[in-house]
Amino acid sequence: MSHNHDHQHDNELDPFAARVRALETILTQKGLIDPAAIDVIVDTYETKIGPRNGAKVVAKAWADPDFAAVLKRDATAAIGSLGYTGRQGEHMQAVFNTADTHNLVVCTLCSCYPWSVLGLPPVWYKAPPYRSRAVIDPRGVLEEFGLTLPRTTKIRVWDSTAELRYLVVPMRPDGTDGWSEERLADLVTRDAMIGTGLAREPA
Amino acid sequence: MNGPQDLGGQMGFGPVAPEKDEPYFHADWERRALGVTLCAGAMGAWNIDESRHARESLHPADYYASSYYQIWIKALETLLKRHGFVSDRDLAAGKAVDPAATPKRVLKAENVPAVLAKGGPCDRPVATLARFKPGDLVRTKNFHPAGHTRLPRYARGKQGAVEAVRDGFVFPDTNAHGQGENPQRVYTVVFDGAEIWGEGADPTLTVSIDAWDSYLEPA
Repeated sequence: MSHNHDHQHDNELDPFAARVRALETILTQKGLIDPAAIDVIVDTYETKIGPRNGAKVVAKAWADPDFAAVLKRDATAAIGSLGYTGRQGEHMQAVFNTADTHNLVVCTLCSCYPWSVLGLPPVWYKAPPYRSRAVIDPRGVLEEFGLTLPRTTKIRVWDSTAELRYLVVPMRPDGTDGWSEERLADLVTRDAMIGTGLAREPA
Repeated sequence: MNGPQDLGGQMGFGPVAPEKDEPYFHADWERRALGVTLCAGAMGAWNIDESRHARESLHPADYYASSYYQIWIKALETLLKRHGFVSDRDLAAGKAVDPAATPKRVLKAENVPAVLAKGGPCDRPVATLARFKPGDLVRTKNFHPAGHTRLPRYARGKQGAVEAVRDGFVFPDTNAHGQGENPQRVYTVVFDGAEIWGEGADPTLTVSIDAWDSYLEPA
């Protein structure tokens, strides 16, 4: 469900905030969870694991054909070699956009997403409009992201129905010859790695 | 189950409306909801498939009216009650009232980085040879199990082509219900848009799913 911009974010009276707090309190009092562990989890996904990880993978694939070949063959190993492993990235496949084919990733059944390289999914990825329409009307969905593909471009939608997680490798923009991986990574957006966008053009 | 989670091809939900520069969390309780859910899962009393089934078992009206973290928390309450960790009296009081079952483990803060870095691999060895090879035509089963399944409705009874033969993976349809992992090989199967959506389908569209062996028959 889309975020409602009208509500009070940190209002103590918000019934759902109270419900979550009660649950945390009960589990803590029973010794079933460690509240400090929650802090570490939140910090991990707010400051350490995010789309910057995936951007480095893509930039390296653009700059290093040997790495791109391994990424194509065994994405879990290639991504792991950069230190990105773990939860919701255990079984990875990279799918490469070409001049002919654009890849788009969805999970129609829940919200499967490659956390190890993209971090936590955005609200829209988990919400019914995207999950319902990505498989039947991908062009209409892409238009809502400001992306209009040529009518001749083939669209391949990957529905993440099992435990494989997909990372889209967007096409490298023209005018970036000789760029460092670090500079290239700045062109790689989260949406480009889901398939709802393209890599940024160099300024 | 033909539940509210099975969204592919459904209509009426409106535009996607991506939020520019969206934050990871829209309220502090979402941070706690993420952490509580992961910590509770780390107790080891249920698996990811049982979690998914608990979420999709919400009443459809409730599922569609809830944000994803709300879905997580509502399902988590179900799981905690089912496994004896939390009672209705605890929830009504907002504090611990009844004793709890003993968890297999409690996730401590110092172990979080290692646990997150390890993840929960679901691949398992399978003894049998792959039934299909890339390029083989297959047809997905037409079934409507009351329990958990990962074959979406839009892809049932459809002909597609095997694109990739994957490893064996834990079978969600049994694992969600405490009936064992029963690993099966997974195949990536690609369908033409027209096979799934028929008249008016985008002629440039193909859709793939990852299908467990028993979802498939030779075409």
